[in-house]
Amino acid sequence: MSIASVFDIALVALILAIGASTILVRTAFAAVVMFAVYGLLLSIAWVRLHAVDVALTEAAIGGGMTGLLLLGAVARSRSDDVDRVRVGYPVRLAAGGLCALVVAGLAIVVLHPPAAVPTLAPVVMENLPPSGLGNPVAGVLFVFRALDTLLEKVVVLLALLGVWSLAPDRAWGGTPGLQVYAKPDPPLIFLAQLLPPVGIVFGIYMCWVGAKDPGGAFQGGTVLAAMWLLVIVAGLQKAPAISRLWLRGLLIAGPMLFLAIGLAGWVFADAFLAYPEGYAKPLIVAVEATLTLSIAVALAMLAAGPPERAQQQ
Amino acid sequence: MSLVMDIWTICAVSAGALFFLAGTVGLLRFPDTLTRLHALTKVDNLGLGLITLGLLPQTSSLLLAVKLVIVWLLVQLSGAVVTQLVAGAIRQHGADG
Repeated sequence: MSIASVFDIALVALILAIGASTILVRTAFAAVVMFAVYGLLLSIAWVRLHAVDVALTEAAIGGGMTGLLLLGAVARSRSDDVDRVRVGYPVRLAAGGLCALVVAGLAIVVLHPPAAVPTLAPVVMENLPPSGLGNPVAGVLFVFRALDTLLEKVVVLLALLGVWSLAPDRAWGGTPGLQVYAKPDPPLIFLAQLLPPVGIVFGIYMCWVGAKDPGGAFQGGTVLAAMWLLVIVAGLQKAPAISRLWLRGLLIAGPMLFLAIGLAGWVFADAFLAYPEGYAKPLIVAVEATLTLSIAVALAMLAAGPPERAQQQ
Repeated sequence: MSLVMDIWTICAVSAGALFFLAGTVGLLRFPDTLTRLHALTKVDNLGLGLITLGLLPQTSSLLLAVKLVIVWLLVQLSGAVVTQLVAGAIRQHGADG
């Protein structure tokens, strides 16, 4: 047995153990911490499978962003104004039953794989060169399945609308109540001053390199969102009121540009979301750059939560 | 020359792994949160540092080497700040809060 397979087996065992402890730990906080660790380990597993794009997304979204959202949920459920509702046995039974159903479905798929795994990978590699892209994942996202990608970005906006609609009437249009520390914390302020320049360059790099190598709008956008949140949490800059025009403009800029280019495809390339010959790469890079900004703002606002304070004039 | 480099890599990475082992033992065995933090910072600084130094001769390009060093520096920065934050929280609220 080679060292690599020993490593892989150990990694799988560790992922299973962390997954089990996510369910078994008693407190919600510990479960969220376990979940974040689970996401990071899973991203290592994706690297071992040579799916670096997926690994980056898993680390950024699965481990980082989702962990942060769940931590926010834990903090909210701890505060006193939450109604403490005991979940009854019928609901628990139903939840357990549905989970068992999902596991059974997955088990059937895993235990009875088709003899020949259907794949479109060779077709993708064959048709990639005309787009000018070097990263097949970017090719699938922006050329072959562009409609899925467009809808995915709209879903993020819908999620944000869902969070915003939780705001009480008096706070509508106000500032999100993201406040972790009651008073400024010197080490955190130090980090919030030192890290963002590095993080912003890194986020832009991740988006830029996505056309050729692993990376892309979602990963880059998450890094940018993290930098903004760091600055907000450290208290260096307040979260913006959600009624700000520039904020809403940035949120829809990416999906709007994508949609506009898609509609223009009807006129110039005979199909919705088709690119005119020779212009594919510059158009895709422009869409990715704008999407990165929109995703960054949307994710940061998702984490900042619903507005809680009326806007101060 | 490459033999010397390989020996250097093996020595440095092994020493780094030793620090990871010691730090993990400390994390599991030390009695309270502050001393456990102390054990963790050794892993961040020395363990990862030695592994980075050991891997430098194995890189194919200067850019890759610079990236490795940047990863180490970023981990050090975040490790130091998080340690301060955890320690500060303990000082304010006690180990349970």
